[in-house]
Amino acid sequence: MTTRKDLTVGEALRTQGISRRGFLKFCAATASMMALPPSSIPAIAAALEKARRPSVIWLSFQECTGCTESLTRSHAPSIEGLIFNVISLDYHHTLQAASGDAAEEARHTAMKENDGKYIVVVDGSIPVKDGGVYSTIAGMTNLEILKETVAGAAAVIAVGSCAAFGGLPAANPNPTGAVSVSELVKDKPVVNIPGCPPIPVVISGVIAHFLTFGLPELDNLGRPKAFYGTSIHDRCYRRPFYDKGLFAETFDDEGAKKGWCLYKLGCKGPTTYNACATMKWNNGTSFPIEAGHGCIGCSEPQFWDAGGFYKALAEPTGNFTTTAGVAVAAGAALGAASGLLNRNKQKQAGAEHETVTADNLEKEQTS
Amino acid sequence: MSHLTDIPVALENLPSTHNVTPLLNEVRHALQALLTTGEATQIDLRSIPLSDRDVAQIQDALGVGEVEIQINALGPSMIKETTFAGVWWVEHRNSSNELTGRYIEITPVPDIVPSAMSDIQDGLERLNRRVE
Ligand code: SF4
Ligand code: SF4
Repeated sequence: MTTRKDLTVGEALRTQGISRRGFLKFCAATASMMALPPSSIPAIAAALEKARRPSVIWLSFQECTGCTESLTRSHAPSIEGLIFNVISLDYHHTLQAASGDAAEEARHTAMKENDGKYIVVVDGSIPVKDGGVYSTIAGMTNLEILKETVAGAAAVIAVGSCAAFGGLPAANPNPTGAVSVSELVKDKPVVNIPGCPPIPVVISGVIAHFLTFGLPELDNLGRPKAFYGTSIHDRCYRRPFYDKGLFAETFDDEGAKKGWCLYKLGCKGPTTYNACATMKWNNGTSFPIEAGHGCIGCSEPQFWDAGGFYKALAEPTGNFTTTAGVAVAAGAALGAASGLLNRNKQKQAGAEHETVTADNLEKEQTS
Repeated sequence: MSHLTDIPVALENLPSTHNVTPLLNEVRHALQALLTTGEATQIDLRSIPLSDRDVAQIQDALGVGEVEIQINALGPSMIKETTFAGVWWVEHRNSSNELTGRYIEITPVPDIVPSAMSDIQDGLERLNRRVE
């Protein structure tokens, strides 16, 4: 007898009464999710047709549940949500109906039945100070659960900036000794999907990629290049204004109204690598910069201790001139240079740990 | 309020990204390729940084042609031929009517339109069961 678990993704979708057209639509959404060109749709269809439904164990540690929220809110009945119907989510602290011993039993069963093949998704950082006593589940520290669960996994996906880089729990002075997954897991592939929270389609996109073509290509911070390959700044629709040296100086001045660049209001777009500018939020409705607020750099390590959100990375010092050609060239050079400069500045701010108060924010906004 | 789409959104005078002309050029080259080699092209509009105004401008430039097809599979899809034969505007939505894909397809007819052999087979079996 074939149980639901033995079905391929294609079969699982067909048993839900989904037609070939529906399947093609699903594949198109998957290609888009994986940031692949539409010409890859036939290859995705062929791979998904054959792919086995993977067992997924989801562990939540020191986190705010924002990442799970990001995923489940925007997905309930959507096409991308089907990716979650076709995986076998065998354990998820927040979403599972089972509790107590039954829940832990489900985790152990999934681990035994799918040894070497299951995926572990982690959201939240892991406290290691004082023997990890600051966060425990079923009497085990997060550290113990992670080690035990990861032992038989094929790969680990660290969802959110906390799991990927430590996140807010690791903010200075890091009272619980919070660390990221990759600081603890050295013998398994770890894919980082940072963001506070990450874009939901990026989470499902990485799972889809794992199903179809295996692990995606990663950058030096363990992030999939397909989604974190370009900076917010390089894909920002306000970029033409940056290049011309046209900046909003306050949140309600003429420049702000005309949609000029938010660099001087603290936009971290030039040093932030994420897919917001093209994938956008709320199913493609908009993203922070489109709503008039600068990027706070939530997908970068240390964004929580990197100085004020409303402080400009560095004063743009380029000589913005009126002829378009020169302005563009100056802007491009400034973009590259300010990127470097800003990374240093971020590090420095992190080291000095500048405390930000609401008062400061007010001042920064108006100064 | 049950859906995102219920929130009234007013279009501000968003700036143009200057991506409209290059995009129309891409469509032109794709159309030429379709004529000479029969090769179809799909352009994923959501992979290019475009403001809402850009999208409206592209839509305006292409116009609405003779064919309109609505598909209901995992939510509605609208497939419209533009005033340029062989250039199709394709929008997929999920069951909450949220946009999941927006493409320009350069092809005699988009792949998703014709009935698939597997679905035809399935239909025949259902009909057989009913008539026998
Ligand atoms: S600084 Fe920010 S608002 Fe300005 S172009 Fe770059 S990403 Fe866009
Ligand atoms: S725009 Fe910047 S701060 Fe906002 S979600 Fe994207 S990466 Fe994070």
